[in-house]
This record gives sequence, C-alpha cells and structure tokens, in this order.
Amino acid sequence: MSDAESPDTDFDPVAPNTGEDFEPVDVFPDSDDFDLRPGADSCYKCATCDTNCPVAAVDDDFPGPKFQGPEQWRLKQTDDDYTVDDSVMDCSNCMRCDNACPSGVPLSQMHNTARGEYVSEQMDKLSVEYVRNRILANYRTSAFFASKVPRLANFAMNFGPARWVMEKTLGVTSERDFPEFARQTFREWWAERGGQATSRENAKAARNRRGLPEDADKKVAYFHGCYSNYNTTEVGKAMVRLYEAFGYEVVAPEQKCSGTPMFANGMLDDARRHAEVNVSSMSDLVERGYDAIASCTSCSMALRQEYPELFDIDGIEKVAANTFEAVEYLRIHEDLREEVREAEVDGDLAEEFAYHAPCHSRNQGLDRQAVELFRDLDGVGVEDVGDSCSGISGTYGWKEEKYEKSMQIGEEMFEHMEDADGETGMTECPTCAMQMEHGSGYEIRHPLELLEAALVE
Amino acid sequence: MAIESDVLVVGGGLAGLTGALSAAREGADVRLVSYKQSTLRQASGLVDVLGYTPDGDGPLTDPFAAIQSLPDSHPYRTVGVETVRDALSLFDEAVPTYEGGHTDANALLPTHGGTVKPTARYPAGASAGLASDDRDTLLVGVEEMVDFDAPHVAAHLGAAGVPFDVRGETIRFPGDLRADAKVTRYAKLLDTNGEVAVRGRKVPARDALAQRVNPLLEGEARVGFPAILGDDEPGAIRAALGEKLGVDVFEVPMGPPSLPGLRLEDALFDALDAAGVSIETGNPVVDVDGDDRVERVFVEKNGARIPNSADQYVLATGGFVGKGIESDREGVSEPVFDCHVPHAEDRYDWFETELFGDHAFARYGVATDDDLRPLDASERPEFDNLRAAGSVLGGYDFAAEKSGSGVSIATGYAAGQRAAQEAR
Repeated sequence: MSDAESPDTDFDPVAPNTGEDFEPVDVFPDSDDFDLRPGADSCYKCATCDTNCPVAAVDDDFPGPKFQGPEQWRLKQTDDDYTVDDSVMDCSNCMRCDNACPSGVPLSQMHNTARGEYVSEQMDKLSVEYVRNRILANYRTSAFFASKVPRLANFAMNFGPARWVMEKTLGVTSERDFPEFARQTFREWWAERGGQATSRENAKAARNRRGLPEDADKKVAYFHGCYSNYNTTEVGKAMVRLYEAFGYEVVAPEQKCSGTPMFANGMLDDARRHAEVNVSSMSDLVERGYDAIASCTSCSMALRQEYPELFDIDGIEKVAANTFEAVEYLRIHEDLREEVREAEVDGDLAEEFAYHAPCHSRNQGLDRQAVELFRDLDGVGVEDVGDSCSGISGTYGWKEEKYEKSMQIGEEMFEHMEDADGETGMTECPTCAMQMEHGSGYEIRHPLELLEAALVE
Repeated sequence: MAIESDVLVVGGGLAGLTGALSAAREGADVRLVSYKQSTLRQASGLVDVLGYTPDGDGPLTDPFAAIQSLPDSHPYRTVGVETVRDALSLFDEAVPTYEGGHTDANALLPTHGGTVKPTARYPAGASAGLASDDRDTLLVGVEEMVDFDAPHVAAHLGAAGVPFDVRGETIRFPGDLRADAKVTRYAKLLDTNGEVAVRGRKVPARDALAQRVNPLLEGEARVGFPAILGDDEPGAIRAALGEKLGVDVFEVPMGPPSLPGLRLEDALFDALDAAGVSIETGNPVVDVDGDDRVERVFVEKNGARIPNSADQYVLATGGFVGKGIESDREGVSEPVFDCHVPHAEDRYDWFETELFGDHAFARYGVATDDDLRPLDASERPEFDNLRAAGSVLGGYDFAAEKSGSGVSIATGYAAGQRAAQEAR
C-alpha cells in the first residue's frame, strides 16, 4: 500500500498552506538579467558546438563554447566565489556555436553576458588591454573623426612609425593595413543626392517602368552601418540604386554602431547606448510599415539576434522580426532569381569571384545565398572558398596577441582563395573582407555591387 | 512572394540529404532547409543497412536477403529491396571514399566500445580495421581521450572472439594539448602537420605521433587510432603514418562529435552543391499553409517568417533524438506538419520495464502509404504532396536492428525521386 493511501501526518490538502507566513523565495535576487537556465538545461553535452569553434581548433588554451556557455553559467550559479574565466576574452564572437547546437542552447548569448560581466567586474579599467579594446570596439568614433580629414587619416593610420608605437603601447598589430576612409561618406552622398525625396522620385519612376501601381507599399529603412558609411561607400550606394530600381523608396535613418565590436569586447554599456538610438529610429519606421535592411551581415545579426537577447528596449522584438539582410529581402519579395537569370554582367565586374561566407551570415542561414543566386548569372563565376572562418572576427584579429591565431584560422580560406579561379574576392562582411585582402592581396567586392552591375542600367 | 522550388526538403540528416540529391538527379529544382547543422556530425559515419532482425537474430550476413522477411510495416518493405539497392548505388557514387559496395555481405567493424558491428558501408579510413581480417592489431589510445581506452577496447574485442591478437596501448598525444582538447584540435594539427614541441625540439605533428607509437609495436601488421586523424586530409595522414610505422593504419569510429560523421556530411553537401541544390541551415520551419496540399511553409528567423513554397515536400526531420518526433505526457506528435503518429493511448504502454527491453516507443513515427505519404488517423494521406523519409518514419527500431542509415538512404532516395517525378 502506498503512503498516499495511509496518511500518517496531519497535513490537510484541503487547506493549502498559502497563508500569510508564505514568503516567496527569490532565487536570483536583484537580478534583471535574462534567465539563461532553460538554455543551460537544454545542453546535453554532445559537443557539436566545440567542433564548430574556429578558436578551439588552433588554440590550446581555449576551452571551447560548451565550457564558455552552459558549463560556466552553471558554475556561476552554484559557487558565489566563482569568477568568470578570463578565457572568455579569447572567444572571437563568431557565433558559429549557435548554428551548431541541435538543442537550441543560446550559446552566444551566454558568451556575451559572461564577457560583459568579466569586463565590467573583473577587468582593470586602467589596463592597456581595456583601453585598447575600448578604442577598437568604438570604431565608429575613430571613423567619425577620421572621415573629417580622410586624406590625413589614410596617411597617418598607415604611417609605419605611428603603427609601431600603436603596437608597442596599445597592442594593436602593425601587421595589418588600416582600411581607407572615403573622401565623401555615404551619408554626405545621400544628403547631396537629395535624401528621401529623391529616393521617392526614383522609386516612383521605377514602379512606372515595371508597371507597378505608383503607390505600391515598397519602402525600406537602410541600416548602412559604420563601414559602408565611412569606408566602402560603394556598397551603400549599390544598395540604394538596386532597391530603387525594384521600386523601393529608401530612407537612411539616424543610426549609430550596430554594437557588434562592443559585444565582442564585452562593452555592453557602450553597445546598449548605441542600440537604444538604433532601435528608437528603426522602431518608428517599422511602425510606419518600413522594413529594416542591412548590407553588413554583422549589423543585421546584431539587430535580429543580439539586441533582443541582451537588451530590454521598447520595440526591440518588432524591429528584430522586421530586419533583413539586403539580398535576402529581395529574394523573398522579388523574383530575384529570374531577373538574375535573364541578366548579364560585363565591364569590370565580369570576373571570377572567390566568395567567403561570413560567420554571421551563416548564423542567419545566408551562407549559401550568394553562390546559389549567382550560379545563373551570365558573365561571372562565384566560387565558394569553403566553410572555414576568415579568422579576423572584427576586432579580434587586430589585437597584437591574437594576430597569429587569426591568421592560422584564416589559413584554410587563404589556400582555397589561392586555388579558386578568380583573383577577386567577395563577401558581405567588411572585416572578413579586410582579412581576405590581407591574406591574398585580392580586391574584395560585395554581392550588392554585383547585383547592381547585373540589374541596374 | 516566397522562396520557391520544385521540391522542398525539410531536414538535413542522411535522409534529407539523400532525398535532396535524388530529387535533383531526377531534374527537379530542389531546396533543402534544416533547423541546425546536419546531425551527421553526431553519427559514427558507418552506414548500416540491417545488422539484426527485429527478433534480435544476427549479426546478419546478407542484409538484402533478410529484408523480405521483415514485417509489412517496416520502411524497407514499403520501398522494396530493389529501391534499397538503387539508393545505395546513389550513395556509393556520391561518396566515393566509402567502401563495402563490392559485396552484399555485411562487413564487421570494431567499435570504440570493443564490440563488433555489422555494417554495409564504411569509410576508407576504417577498412584496414575489419574484424574479419586476421592480421594482428595494435590499438593506440590517447591518454586525454577517455572515450577510447585502448587496452579495454582490445580486451573486449578479444573476448568477442576476433580471429587475431589485439593489444591496446595508451600514449600522450605529442604537443601536450589541453586535457579536454576538441577532436577538431587533433584533426587540425594533423591536417596542417603543424609543429609540436617534443623534448624542446619542434617536430611536425605526424612525425611526432609516429615516433610515439613506433617503440610500442610488437610486430603487428596494423594500428588503429580513435577517429581523430584529420578532417580535410584523412587519407594523406593515414598514408604518412602508415609509411613511418611500416603498418596499415585505420581509424575506429567514435561517439559524438564524430569526425567520420563530419567528413560524410561534407561529402554529401559537396554532392548536393554539384547537383545544384539550394541549402539553408540554421532556422526552423515553424508553420505550414494548406489543407489537402501543402501550399507553403514558413522558416523563422528571430521572429521574421520567411515563406518557402514548392510543388512537392519531403519531411526528413528525424526521430525522437533529432526532434522530428516529440512526446509529452499527453501523447506523441510530429511537430512540423502535425502528421499523425500512431501510439498507445496509455503512456505506460510506450515502454517495457527492462532497460534493453523491446520498447514500443523505439518504433514510433509516422505511418505512410506505399508512396511514403504520411497517413492521418483514418489512414488517408495527410497531404497529397508530402512524403516522409528517415527516422521520422515508424515501424522499425533502428538502434536494435542497426538499420538507421540504410532506412534513411533508401526512403530518402525514394521520397526524393517520387517528389521530383510528381513535380514535373
């Protein structure tokens, strides 16, 4: 006979003991963090994430994403004295582990929160490493000033003695060339061109040409990010012309850095400040029927995934659900495949391209988009150079102590670029582009530039 | 608008990949979507067809001969033995680094647990390790890799009655890698033949490994390692080690995460790429439009729903482990298309009390008609244009029969081919 059938206590289930004595226990007192418990519990230790980690494959000191994520999170819960392991700073934030996990464990969210905690609570704010990381993470600020004097900046940033000093005092590798600053930023070009009003006219004209209703609801808000604004402005211009040719009105709302380099360096307060501006301006537009479009896959990744995973900002979920990568959006809403099939490219983009899929495009399921789309395009060839990480991971490869590892990770990609037919590279990510150029000497283009060459007369 | 194709395959395991490949070979425009990376990197990389009968008889010598005697509900009976053969031919052609296609008979492969497993196809890297080969064998384990205790594995194989002498030795992997180094770390080091420090000198990793093993040899003709010998260059690494040691070198397939599984995944994705298949991984299919026919499905990315539409669909999302079949206290279900999954009403009838008993849940999955279309509770097709393949199917216990890969390849092949023919 079971205990239930022979009660020998005076516990009376008819009168539940939820009286005034009852005090709910707050398991995680004073915490407004996201609850990572369900994610940690979903991990069943298959270690598939570890097989995807480009750092663990070359670095003997790096314990891998399974440790950085669910295991470290558990250690923190059970031991009050536990401090975040400093190896979290060796994670390059490629986020490949997210795409790997068959159980949907939010690994990069765990890494980002652990790294944020490490930096804010354990890192010496006067250390060279902190100062260096903060400068690298706030690329937008440096770029903003440099863009005021682009010629001087281009000279100064690659001036040998200055770079030697930067390496010795700040730990910024002198092996790399700084990206060139454009003489005119994207936003300066956009304003000079007449901004939204001009875009509206261009879109209307295109709709007429295409036989679409003039008032068709086609409008997008462009998140150009820092790099298209200050450096590769041709990518931003290609986006605008391409979208207008499909009849979309483009707006370029006020925006700051997406936060990608800040997440990677654990500077979550900086990232939040920028995210608040971005979400606020995108949110207004999304409410008015615009979709948010990014040409940099790390920017779209930040708006789609990292923002809602890390910050609780009004409107953030809706912005995330309405953000798309620039080519992806056209694939969904236009018959892009057919248009590409009928098109032909000649001129300076009629090339064989060695294409590398950035890790952050991989995480959005977009790693094969460019190769598959351009399969049918006459006049060009696009060859995938394999599924390895480029190794630079934003600011990671700029750090003096990480440079060698970064190049080791990139080795496989460099070899495949060497083996590929063409001598021009292609990728969506500005820092992958830096690494590709650095390792191969190739010029690197963006898929939007090729689409513009194919589809815009 | 939607992202369009003739055939849309949902699922990126062996069944989905084979389905996509066979549909593309039939001339269809094929798209494959998979929630996450292929589960193949959790598989041993061995391709079993049928090792044991449902009654537990075996190991079987000829899996094809045994198919006729399987119960009617078994997926092999649905597609027929000739389809199983055709499907394996497609596999052999797509993955030329695999062996075993020269005979109908099962090969016997040593496992990392020290058992002997009947399997129909195996990677070239495992071929020098066949248990039917009577050459004496040295197994070499790596101290840090607790999944492969070589002396223990050797003792087990000896007890299993293999026709050769087998010993196990354990070494420290050269280079003093961290204690929990990932399998990819070993593989990368050997792929690139990177230098490691041995007694203060820098030595290429392959030489250093051979130097560790050389003094342990006692005249054995072959040496087996856990499957860590490279990701991109396994053939070259085995050849180099074999030459330096003067023996044949083989790998023993390991548990997850598995390099042979990863290499198989790469080979199949290359074949899909060459066949012109579009592939997207990383996002789940969350919703379906349509009544008698599937009109379109929605792939979700962080809240954004991306419509994907096709003429024909293949469901290849896996079983309980792959989350293609789910269960809770109320019942058993198929979460993507909400297909009916036959199961006992009382959940205490789903399992036996003995751990290795003949559990009913092991055979749970969708039931289909002869055309592999999932059937609803009244035995009518759930959708005219949806076929199912692989472990999402019911009626067989792949773990007990050792039939998982074979069923995935055979039903994936059949579902893909029929979907492509219908889409014309």
